Amino acid sequence: MSFDGPAARIAAAVRAGERSATSAVAESLAAIDAAGELGAFNAVTADAALARAEAIDDAVAAGDDPGPLAGAPVALKDNICTSGAPTTCSSRILEGWTPPYDATVVRRLEAAGAVVVGKTNMDEFAMGSSTENSAFGPTRNPLDPERVPGGSSGGSAASVAGGLTPLALASDTGGSIRQPAALCGIVGMKPTYGRVSRYGLVAFASSLDQIGPMARTVGDAALLYSVIAGCDPLDSTSVPEPLGDLNGALAADVDGLRVGIVSELSGEGIDGDVLSRLDAAATALTGAGAYVGEVSVPAAVYGLSAYFLIAPAEASSNLARYDGVRYGLRVPAAGAVDMNVATRTAGFGDEVKRRIMLGTFVLSAGYYDAYYAKALQVRTLVVRDFAAAYERFDVLLAPTSPSVAFRFGERTADPLTMYLSDACTVASNLAGHPAVSVPFGSGADGLPVGVQVMAPAFGEDVMFRAAAALERLLADVPRPDGAAATAAAKP
Amino acid sequence: MAERISRDEVAHVAWLARLQLSAAELERFTPQLGDVLDHAADVAALNLDDVAATSHPYPVTNVLRDDVVGPVLDRDEVLAQAPSSEDGQFRVPPVRGESP
Repeated sequence: MSFDGPAARIAAAVRAGERSATSAVAESLAAIDAAGELGAFNAVTADAALARAEAIDDAVAAGDDPGPLAGAPVALKDNICTSGAPTTCSSRILEGWTPPYDATVVRRLEAAGAVVVGKTNMDEFAMGSSTENSAFGPTRNPLDPERVPGGSSGGSAASVAGGLTPLALASDTGGSIRQPAALCGIVGMKPTYGRVSRYGLVAFASSLDQIGPMARTVGDAALLYSVIAGCDPLDSTSVPEPLGDLNGALAADVDGLRVGIVSELSGEGIDGDVLSRLDAAATALTGAGAYVGEVSVPAAVYGLSAYFLIAPAEASSNLARYDGVRYGLRVPAAGAVDMNVATRTAGFGDEVKRRIMLGTFVLSAGYYDAYYAKALQVRTLVVRDFAAAYERFDVLLAPTSPSVAFRFGERTADPLTMYLSDACTVASNLAGHPAVSVPFGSGADGLPVGVQVMAPAFGEDVMFRAAAALERLLADVPRPDGAAATAAAKP
Repeated sequence: MAERISRDEVAHVAWLARLQLSAAELERFTPQLGDVLDHAADVAALNLDDVAATSHPYPVTNVLRDDVVGPVLDRDEVLAQAPSSEDGQFRVPPVRGESP
């Protein structure tokens, strides 16, 4: 059994007629209801979810197969368009907006029998690493309510980690799936750029954005990924590459697999407790027959700087559409430009304003060459240096987050400190490569630590192979602190 | 070290981005943006004359579909989400001159 996990087990039972989709969905809705204080959801679509579950049960009763995710409850990050529910991006500027169409991933979920139960909280327009930038209040980390769940997909991560839904979809522009997954002790994966259609994903930075799965187990994440991946005529950047044998990859051992530890991402700036879990992962993989070595990816040190020039530049262009004309908030004014200014000033939060201004600045005459053009050249170096590393290694290993979950307010005063949360994750977005965060025990205060497996473009199969091995090996690895470790390792 | 971005530049950029900042916001945002640009100074200082730019993970080609009418969004549904509409169109305040 390869695609294994709570969602796979629900789907297997529903398809076999051993349990109803209705019971699975009702259980999820009750858990969401009971966990209101987490602030994980912006909207819960209980009626639609129950109606959908009944339809799935009817299909099973009629002898039809509802699909590989039959009856599995899924939470959607609130930047994924749903025609049946508001899509806010946790921003005042889109409050109350209900899209006139469904994102392609939503249609693919429905075709696979999954049931969307609601929309999850996030940093406004996916800009942030703690979900503290939501206009609707923060999301709490289910493992420690005094701490952030990470971000920007904090609501989706909290939903999965808190047991509210077995699965969630989120988006990852610079680490927004992987970092909250690490901080909440779950699996979070960013697919290769172009694997998953972005039609209906509210754009942040279009050359970096990608939708991906969050789950309790690597098997569930791979299952959800296999459902949402595929070429879509509605997204011109989506690609028709075959997915490879994911089931086989999950079951395979790592004997002979070449695993490179990225030197530039596993030293300075990374907390000791996180590094020791990375070491433990390397040791475990070596013990399982993998060849583990160090590899230098020199341009990785510039990744963060390049990312925080490129992503805001693209955002400043993408967010120009929020002008009070066609949807969302309008603050009335006598003239059109005054209305634009009043609407955007009232509708965007501080972090979104900062990034729009930063992006506008680095694209402006006199600064374009010094900043934006340089960042695009650095992106070439990142791609080139990773390509060289993948000549010697099948997958690369690094921490996901430089630290375990931090406390509310700890990093909000200084935006740059918050930006450093993305130091280990942005490179995969710049290069367009797939990467997954796998929980690998706990660090400081018993909080979970995620280890990141990166692979070359379209190498999801080998990435899942290493990730599934880490998940199996975790059971055999000694924990630093018995009492605390159990809280973190609860997939 | 010279400041990477001045208060006046932040005010100008805000206007270009159609944002209005209060004096207090200008005071707060200016050093914050300066910090990020400082962090990017390592990139700005690199000599990359012989390096091509990468704007996208893959070479992007224009994708065209057959010129056949397909399903489109329903106009009334779309306009129902607009802050203001009239006669099947979005309604906005006057772009020039005074409101009638």
